Order: sequence, then C-alpha cells, then structure tokens
Amino acid sequence: MPESYWREYLYYPGCSLHSTSKSYDESARAVGQALGAKFVELSDWNCCGATAYMGIKELTAFTVSARNLALAEQRGKEIVAPCSGCYVGLNKANNYLKEFPEVHKKVNAALSEGGLEYKGTVKVRHLLDVFTHDVGYEKVKQFVTKPLEGLKVGCYYGCQIVRPRNEIDDPECPETMEMLMKACGAAPVDFALKAFCCGGSLMGTEEDIGLRLVKNLLHSAFRSGIKVLVTPCPLCQMNVDAYQKRAGRKYGMEFDIPILFFTQIIGLALGIEPKKLGIGREIISAHEVLKPYI
Amino acid sequence: MTRRPDIQREGDMDLSFLDEVRVVPGGEKIVDCIQCGTCSGSCPTSYLMEDSPRDLFYKIRAGLRNEVLKSPDIWLCTSCYMCYVRCPKNIKVTDIMYALKRISSKERFSLQWRGYHLAKSFMSVVNRDGRNNETELLLRFFLKTKPFGLIRNSLIGLKLWLRGRMPMMPHRIKEIKKFRAIMAKAESLSTM
Repeated sequence: MPESYWREYLYYPGCSLHSTSKSYDESARAVGQALGAKFVELSDWNCCGATAYMGIKELTAFTVSARNLALAEQRGKEIVAPCSGCYVGLNKANNYLKEFPEVHKKVNAALSEGGLEYKGTVKVRHLLDVFTHDVGYEKVKQFVTKPLEGLKVGCYYGCQIVRPRNEIDDPECPETMEMLMKACGAAPVDFALKAFCCGGSLMGTEEDIGLRLVKNLLHSAFRSGIKVLVTPCPLCQMNVDAYQKRAGRKYGMEFDIPILFFTQIIGLALGIEPKKLGIGREIISAHEVLKPYI
Repeated sequence: MTRRPDIQREGDMDLSFLDEVRVVPGGEKIVDCIQCGTCSGSCPTSYLMEDSPRDLFYKIRAGLRNEVLKSPDIWLCTSCYMCYVRCPKNIKVTDIMYALKRISSKERFSLQWRGYHLAKSFMSVVNRDGRNNETELLLRFFLKTKPFGLIRNSLIGLKLWLRGRMPMMPHRIKEIKKFRAIMAKAESLSTM
C-alpha cells in the first residue's frame, strides 16, 4: 500500500455503480486506493443523462450532464468516470459546449436557475484511461503481489469507451486493457468482437436483438479459448452476465464464461481480498476460474 | 428501385426536412453523404432494419419526412458509434440518429415504439430524483409496454437482488429543488 496519494480525482460513480454494478464501485475504489490515486466522490452528483435524454431533448441532455461539470469545476479537479456511458455522456456535453457557444449560453442560462455556472475548464476521464496513462503499466506491475499466471482473460471493451474517437485507445482495435492484464501477469487472449456492441438498452426494448449480439460475442470469446471476460462497462457486464444463459438457450449453445470488471482482476493481482472487490456478485460465477488465484 | 408514386418530380420533395436535420449540432455534414453504405454495413442492428442508416439518409435528402420519422428503425440505434468512426465523409451518423429520435418524439410519431418509452421512463425518474433507479425504471417501462416482460425477467431480477445488485429504494440528490429548477429552465429554452 502506498504511503501517500500522488493525485486526487473527482470520482463520478454514476447510477449503475450504486446498483447493478456495485462490484465495479467496490473494486474501482479499492484498486484506486492501492495504486495511490485518491478518489473523492463528486458531492451531490446527478445522472449523466445516459443515451436516453439525447433521444428526447437535446438541451436537457446537455444540461443534465453540465450540472456535474459545473460542480466539478468548483473543485478544480479532473472527473473520473468508471462507467463508459457516463464517460461518453459527460464528454460529449463538454465537447459540444466548446464547439457550439450558442448551446453553451443556453445551458448556462438553465444552470443559473440553480446558482451554477460552467465555464468549460473540466477534463473528463475514464477509469481505464487513468489506470493506463496516469498510473501506467510499469507502476501497476510493481504493485502486483499475486500474478495471475496462465489466466486466459478476454478483454471486452464494448462501444462507448473507445468510440467516438478519444485519447484512450483505438476505436476498433483497442489494447489498453490487454496491457493492464499482462501487467497483472495474466495471459490476455484476443477475440474478434472485443469492441462490438452488446445491444445496450435494446436488451430491454428488443430482447431478440440483444440476445443475438450477446450470443455472437460469447461465441467469439469461447472459440478463442477465453475463460473469463473483463469489461469497463456496467451495461456490457449486465447484458453478458444476466442474459448469458438465455442467449445460449435461444441458440442451442452452452456458455459458461463469467464476466467481471477489469478492476476486479487488477485488484486480485494486487492481493486485495476478493470480497472487497465484489467478486461473487456476478451471476455466472467466476469462482471456479479464479480458484487458483484466490 | 421501384418508382415512388408520391415523388414524381423534384418539386414534390420536402427539402425543409433536410434543413431541420442540418441545423442540429453535427448534422450539417449530412449533405456530404456519398451513399457508400459503410454505416449500414457497420451497424450491429441493421440486419433487422427496413431502413438502414444509408436508406434513412437518402430519404432525408429526398424529403420523405413522414416515412423517416415513423420508422421504427430509428429506435434500433444502440449508440455504438461504429458508423460514426468509419464514415469516410466524417458524418456524425449517431448524432443524426439522435436528432431523428428527437424530431420523431416531438411530433409523436414514436409513441408506438418501445425505445421511446424506455427513454421517457428514464427521464421521468431522473427528473424527479436527479438520479436513475434501475429497478423503478424497469418496472415503469415493462408495465407500460409489455407487462409480460416483468414476469419473464423476474428470475433475473431475483438473482440480481440476491447479489445485492437491485436496490429497492430510490436515491434523491440533496439539491433536488435546484436541480428541478435547472431542468425546467432547460426544458423551456429547448427548441428540439
């Protein structure tokens, strides 16, 4: 455990990390602390707007994100969002306000009703970005106490962490998570659909499409010999975990590939107790696969 | 392509629709579309669409307003942004899909599509509390669109609950009054 923190971030958990993705919250905080990054929760944050707001009203979508940006600006620190949806939502609002001053003006007019103003100085980061570029593979490696030798892990990025284009990684062939997994001593295995869509919220609205997409990517992972998947996205974890058996049944296949958050695997390698990382909250149990490392 | 009875000559096209789409942030580039189909080929859900993104784009430019706005395919966009990063003309396809969703909701073309109702349920929960509550969101959505879905998914819900992943109580932010005032103002300033 490091003696002191080398940097402080404003942690923006987002709604999912307080419910369906509790294990992501638990492991992100634990790993951040172990690596010496101080995560202070952005006080009184609100929902980022997800993909839903943008489909109904544009200005309310930008405003709901901008309130968080304004709160962060008062604190003068970078925001770090573990959820890919929050990351895209906040980042999109941030960039559009810069690009379209007339939208920015209206958003500020709305924010002023709550005594807030956003000048436009906040930087939005994703947790994967922070662990990759601020902490770095070398430093992660130094902190590893239990290397995960031989663990065949597939890195499932999903969409919104790499697209639209950003500074984190390549939009179609990302490999930052693989590098982190290597730093943890694991053996990452490439698979074709690692940056393809899980169906997102279509799993609720059009289940047939969601199941087909989940089946496709599990099949791709299975054929590559992957034993466990990791992801940086709550919705991906939820779809692949909770609907895995149903997708298998529909297509006459049997899948048994647990999916965890990438922070849970890093945490294990850092020697953090599995319970503190939320391991065991997944529906497709990772117990068998992780047994040799616990 | 079969001859369309509603469009006989150029003068029949409603070009104002193209202007509606062009004015949204990121929408101006739609006029650059070369109909190459990279967007449709990259789309994870286009296999089910009657009008894939490429079709929607030519219809926007041909002024087929109602046909585009009542299409269920608009709501099949998952926002995966694959088309967006691959478009050779740098058209912000996903953003245009969002714009279509908005125009279509505003004019009540979308009332029959489940994607619209999920977005609406999401907004009403967040506008009330400042945060989303996944349990309530799903209850609201399924009751409105397919009550049978509640029964169908109850086992998954139970499994999540047993693992501490399905909290029952909504969480309201502290400054909720100010939040609501902000959102009400944004609503009043909103043009689309």
